[in-house]
Amino acid sequence: MPTLPRTFDDIQSRLINATSRVVPMQRQIQGLKFLMSAKRKTFGPRRPMPEFVETPIPDVNTLALEDIDVSNPFLYRQGQWRAYFKRLRDEAPVHYQKNSPFGPFWSVTRFEDILFVDKSHDLFSAEPQIILGDPPEGLSVEMFIAMDPPKHDVQRSSVQGVVAPKNLKEMEGLIRSRTGDVLDSLPLDKPFNWVPAVSKELTGRMLATLLDFPYEERHKLVEWSDRMAGAASATGGEFADENAMFDDAADMARSFSRLWRDKEARRAAGEEPGFDLISLLQSNKETKDLINRPMEFIGNLTLLIVGGNDTTRNSMSGGLVAMNEFPREFEKLKAKPELIPNMVSEIIRWQTPLAYMRRIAKQDVELGGQTIKKGDRVVMWYASGNRDERKFDNPDQFIIDRKDARNHMSFGYGVHRCMGNRLAELQLRILWEEILKRFDNIEVVEEPERVQSNFVRGYSRLMVKLTPNS
Amino acid sequence: MGKVTFIEHDQTEHVAEFKAGSSVMQIAVDSAIPGIDGDCGGECACGTCHVIVTNEWFSKTGTPGNEEEQMLSMTPERASTSRLGCQVVLTDEMDGMTVHLPEFQM
Repeated sequence: MPTLPRTFDDIQSRLINATSRVVPMQRQIQGLKFLMSAKRKTFGPRRPMPEFVETPIPDVNTLALEDIDVSNPFLYRQGQWRAYFKRLRDEAPVHYQKNSPFGPFWSVTRFEDILFVDKSHDLFSAEPQIILGDPPEGLSVEMFIAMDPPKHDVQRSSVQGVVAPKNLKEMEGLIRSRTGDVLDSLPLDKPFNWVPAVSKELTGRMLATLLDFPYEERHKLVEWSDRMAGAASATGGEFADENAMFDDAADMARSFSRLWRDKEARRAAGEEPGFDLISLLQSNKETKDLINRPMEFIGNLTLLIVGGNDTTRNSMSGGLVAMNEFPREFEKLKAKPELIPNMVSEIIRWQTPLAYMRRIAKQDVELGGQTIKKGDRVVMWYASGNRDERKFDNPDQFIIDRKDARNHMSFGYGVHRCMGNRLAELQLRILWEEILKRFDNIEVVEEPERVQSNFVRGYSRLMVKLTPNS
Repeated sequence: MGKVTFIEHDQTEHVAEFKAGSSVMQIAVDSAIPGIDGDCGGECACGTCHVIVTNEWFSKTGTPGNEEEQMLSMTPERASTSRLGCQVVLTDEMDGMTVHLPEFQM
């Protein structure tokens, strides 16, 4: 039986779809904002938007098992996540936290158990959301990462062409020239923040290309993505202003509706469709009318934006952090540049830019000696699986020629496996090839600043100093 | 003992030896054949050991299960004789088999 809020979301989606032909999408979303605000005033919020204030996190060994709460959005920033997850893996690999700010949830922390949950989409549903908490009420957009088969399969297959081999080959030259341009523009004489200068810049440009989004407005894609993934109620992030999120969604709807209509008109006028995401959606009979289903339209675009943003960005930054913590690996790389592809996998393992995906049990399931009840939230902690001593030797070490680096779980496993994995690897490979051509050393000169989130494991500030090749 | 020939997308050929009971993915990874990743280690959970079996050998490889079908349906290079290498357990009957590799493992 669907829960009450879920029913409300369903009705809301149907209502929006039914009126989408006559009301512009951005107006509908603005309307929702006022409706939700009125509903909160009348009935109170579904669950109050949590506010997170950073306090020092206690040593995990001082806590009772049942008090361990790995949903704390400061766990990563304070460097405590390793000890917390190690204790769970060793003592309570399937662990229940009954009153987190996001409600009760199970944590699965060992590699083999995570793989089992990820593969078993018949037992564990990805619907309606894959983040631990709830999105802002009324903004429960629909995206295929949070759909089960068969609907998932239909939607995913309509867009996966955007990262198909034909496209990747066409993109390689473009990615290389952009990467070179960005690296050549960096200051050589003083420290600078690598995050906006390189990681954000390169991923923003890539997103604009994938979506054929107006190039000069590409910063919008990055900002939308940051705020969507950084909602306090969803991931414990720093963004708690629900009204601003509705404004963003309306802004996105306006931009993407315009882009969609423009492409539609150009195609009607006989122009050859491109290989960007919107053209692909318009070419597929299942999705050619997606614009008439606004919550799905916005959802799937959000998915592609968020999916290609935080992930690659933080792997671009994380690689530098790793090289600075393990400087001998950088020497190894300079001596053997052919290790780059394996190193890319190792960076993605070591960083694990997204900490987890969430599921909901579709029936009672026995796992690790525990009974997960039908309807319970289950979090698969990839960040822990990637450091599981049962799977990887010396898992906390960054080893660029690690033999089984490719076995990491950062891309997930099963039907929801990351669609953009090859593109991400391509971007990172080219970045490091171009770095080696130019720089003898990239020194991290300050402790990096990490973002507040239980989902995104990333950096907001990474001050570095370059030494050019002599 | 038997042999399987892997033909890369650029037509480069590699031959790997096998003992009955191992999988096509395993012998490819063990013989370091380029173009087979096997990211999940043989769990039918990643789709990166995709091979396209030549027509005359396809029926000898058995039929793909539901899980395998689902993973195969996610690759744009899916062909009618596609299999995941980790799900093809080699038998003496498959000695001399030829499989083609896709351009990319997705």
